[in-house]
Amino acid sequence: MLRDAMIIFRYQLRLLLREPVWIIITMIQPLLYLALFAPLLEPIAKTQGFPPGDAWQVFVPGLLIQLGIFGSMFVGFGIIAEVRWGTIERMRVTPASRLGLLLGRVLRDTLVLLLQAALLTVIAVAFGLRVPLAGALVAVAIVGLLGVALSSLSYAAGLWLKSEDALAPLLNMVSVPVLLLSGILLPMEFAPPWLRHLASANPFSHVVDGSRAAFRGDYGASSLTIGLCAAAGLAVVGLLIAKRTFERESA
Amino acid sequence: MITARGLARTFKTRTATVEAVRGLDLDVAAGEIVGLLGPNGAGKTTTQRMLATLLAPTAGTATVAGCDLRADPVGVRRQLGYVSQAGGTNPGAKVDEELITQGQLYGLTAATAATRARALCASLDLADLGDRIIGKLSGGQRRRLDIALGLVHQPKLVFLDEPSTGLDPHSRANLWSHIRGLRDQAGATILLTTHYLDEADALCDRIFIIDHGVIVASGTPAELKRRISGDLVTFEVDDVERATAVLRDHPEARDVTAVERGLRVTVDRGEAQALPLMRALDDAGVKVGSLHIAHPSLDDVFLTLTGRSLRE
Repeated sequence: MLRDAMIIFRYQLRLLLREPVWIIITMIQPLLYLALFAPLLEPIAKTQGFPPGDAWQVFVPGLLIQLGIFGSMFVGFGIIAEVRWGTIERMRVTPASRLGLLLGRVLRDTLVLLLQAALLTVIAVAFGLRVPLAGALVAVAIVGLLGVALSSLSYAAGLWLKSEDALAPLLNMVSVPVLLLSGILLPMEFAPPWLRHLASANPFSHVVDGSRAAFRGDYGASSLTIGLCAAAGLAVVGLLIAKRTFERESA
Repeated sequence: MITARGLARTFKTRTATVEAVRGLDLDVAAGEIVGLLGPNGAGKTTTQRMLATLLAPTAGTATVAGCDLRADPVGVRRQLGYVSQAGGTNPGAKVDEELITQGQLYGLTAATAATRARALCASLDLADLGDRIIGKLSGGQRRRLDIALGLVHQPKLVFLDEPSTGLDPHSRANLWSHIRGLRDQAGATILLTTHYLDEADALCDRIFIIDHGVIVASGTPAELKRRISGDLVTFEVDDVERATAVLRDHPEARDVTAVERGLRVTVDRGEAQALPLMRALDDAGVKVGSLHIAHPSLDDVFLTLTGRSLRE
């Protein structure tokens, strides 16, 4: 199974590196937020109720999670193309493990995401972010777990729907509430109680809180433990759902 | 190599249940080239996809390459090369990349897979294209690559779904000789589907004619044609009435019809029986101007069996 995963990983990575421009393009969105939105937060950071840490320590972890969400959730489009080309079916007739075929793809996506997250953090430091190295690494690892979860789910959705026209509205429908209820753009500390309760049901808001704790260097914070568990839980659930979809006969 | 009993598959759509394949019995011996012939929607591809482990049968059992289809699908996959109708290549990948990855998924080392890829490319007229991006190949080259992908692990059993669809006549003829070579040189068993009569006729040792999910006839191309309609012998004669009278009572003539300036006789085997018939006419004093023997096409067979033409 791992051997199959590595074969697919190397194959998919080679294909991606042939068009490296896409790796940069997915990074443009968070970079724009960094340059054009983060300065707005500096005055707000002095407001009462703003979470601990300076504006950058609060905002950049959110951006990392946003990169994790938007960098991973569209990979399902790729698998729809592969279904159409017939490459998925061709590989399903080989003795290769179905889980291996999935993992190789998820691994590729996660590696790319980790590199992007590391790069984004380095650029943010140039903008004025101050973050302990260990904290940054923990946050990037959380983003990696999120990438595993979301690319798996996106592949499952792509295989299930088999149509770009159906996948695009589904992803929009899911991503907007996830984003708004995660406190990525503005901290949920500002939210009225009902909205805060709603947000606490969103695992991504815990993931964001956990990354912020890591960026502050507050490794004992319960929010960090909860955030890590939420990210790991999402990764496991995502992989299980995608595994079942890949093993379904007509997928 | 393949034994299937009562193989069936039904699909449920929102409004109805479609019986794509209804209780198929199939036997294919090692080293045979066997064709599933039938119009689009007859159930050929569904049958092949079931035998290739891509689709679970709703009923029936099958043993493919010595492995039970349901109990040991991985065993089947290991020994089977499957080339689907649409192929299955990533247009952004290179020819070598695709072939080597495929070989590795079958358990070959990268080095062995690369050697096989090179040999296959050479034998399928794809030499020197290993570094080419697949999207830039011609239609014929891509089809040959599809086939190479199905052969990279040197399977004992090869499934080809509509192998020559979309190829020009020259490429088709080339492909046919490659398919024959697979059997003659590599000893492979081949199960192909086609809705081209000439392809089934030229390539297959045995044919199963499928219509509406059932086998309506099977045999060698020659047997099928002979069994269904016999051969047609047409004589050009000076006295049609007398000739008709002579041949109507002839034991070997199954059916006699008058045609323009002559008559057409249905017999079992045209080459063997034309001369005795001509001698009978000659003995009765009928002058025979010309003689023409026609073998019925598989299309005639199909028409006789199903009341529909394959070319519809």
